[in-house]
Amino acid sequence: MWKYSAVLLAALIGTNSAIAADTAPTDVKINEGEISSSLTGKAGDPASGREWYAGRKLGNCLACHQTTDLKELPFHGEVGPPMDGVADRYEVAELRAILVNSKEVLGDETIMPGFYTFKAGVRVADKFQNKTILQAQQVEDIIAYLKTLKE
Amino acid sequence: MAKSRNSIASILAAAGIVAAGVYGTASAGPDDNQLIVEGQSMVTEAAAPEGVEVEKIYSGWRFRSSETQSLQMDDFENPAMPLVDIGTDIWGTEDGAAGKSCQSCHNDASDSMKGIRAGYPKWSDKRGKPHTLETQINECRTDRMEAKAWKWESSEMLSMTALVGFQSRGMPVNVTTDGPMTKWHDMGKDLYFTRVGQLNMSCANCHEDNYGNMIRADHLSQGQINGFPTYRLKWGGVGSSHRRFKGCMENIRAVAYKRGSDEFIALELYLASRGQGLSVETPAVRN
Repeated sequence: MWKYSAVLLAALIGTNSAIAADTAPTDVKINEGEISSSLTGKAGDPASGREWYAGRKLGNCLACHQTTDLKELPFHGEVGPPMDGVADRYEVAELRAILVNSKEVLGDETIMPGFYTFKAGVRVADKFQNKTILQAQQVEDIIAYLKTLKE
Repeated sequence: MAKSRNSIASILAAAGIVAAGVYGTASAGPDDNQLIVEGQSMVTEAAAPEGVEVEKIYSGWRFRSSETQSLQMDDFENPAMPLVDIGTDIWGTEDGAAGKSCQSCHNDASDSMKGIRAGYPKWSDKRGKPHTLETQINECRTDRMEAKAWKWESSEMLSMTALVGFQSRGMPVNVTTDGPMTKWHDMGKDLYFTRVGQLNMSCANCHEDNYGNMIRADHLSQGQINGFPTYRLKWGGVGSSHRRFKGCMENIRAVAYKRGSDEFIALELYLASRGQGLSVETPAVRN
């Protein structure tokens, strides 16, 4: 319930998206499992996305998802589905929504963190308070990279 | 932190210790190896206790590499065993104003401490809450020996909990969760299922829903605590279960509870109850 209120509240307060380049996490609206426009107004860079995807302090996506394209790196996780061919399975707008806050798309039970949301667990460590796991452009870059992973 | 995790992972990989989890070698579930320590067979799998939503319960030993497993099968190789020896020395050494040692009241630890670890945490009327082994040992020290309490993670405390726990090795975990312990069990259960930290995960997300799966270089176990205090290769030493809880919470980018806090005592009780029937393996070896 509160998550809808947060969206509504953000809408009522108004946004500064007209000035700021990035859409603030509280202003991002997931509509039927999709976010249609870029969080930054810019396209993502797949080469950078590949780096954020593997980076342990960034997306660390590889911790859970096996990815043949990154087979030069050790330790691919098995917690989530493999990402091979993900470009054929999801549209950009769907991938964006899953990355921003997976729980609003995949359901509350998913283990997958939301990478561009303040909706976190209790007792968030001080240095991560009111911070998202990824920056808006990093999300866009990872989406661009995922769209290169075709069957 | 990422750097040290990286370097440890690469050292283990270079040493051939981590075989699973390298790209392309999927490893699902616990293995079928049998844990026999010094000729004594350990129960490393058992029926899930009532209310625990897994098919079976498994000791963390079953999720480790064969190299790590073998370290626990031979007491001469077990890097935690020196602490048991140190604990034995402390047991017989007088300390505090009352001029007593553990032995003054409890005689031979191998008799008097048999089965004790298996039943902890345990309700204490005097304390009005459960005792862990650590708080019980400190109560003995301050009230009977008139000696200073030990810090939770001190080498003295770890040596003593290792010595006491060792006397239950091979005996089934058997904690009481009814009566005054009900409230503590339920509090621990709540904590187990509460999502914490920026990564927004609960204990259950990894250790109930995903045990057996690799998460990066780590083969997820069920988070059983029947081997504590445990020698952990990552620590290069022996540590308490509360130290492990703290590390887990920090990995999820949460503010961890303190060692010895009511929350961690409750969690320790609940986790012990999820492992009812597994053998106490103290002191175990993990990665």
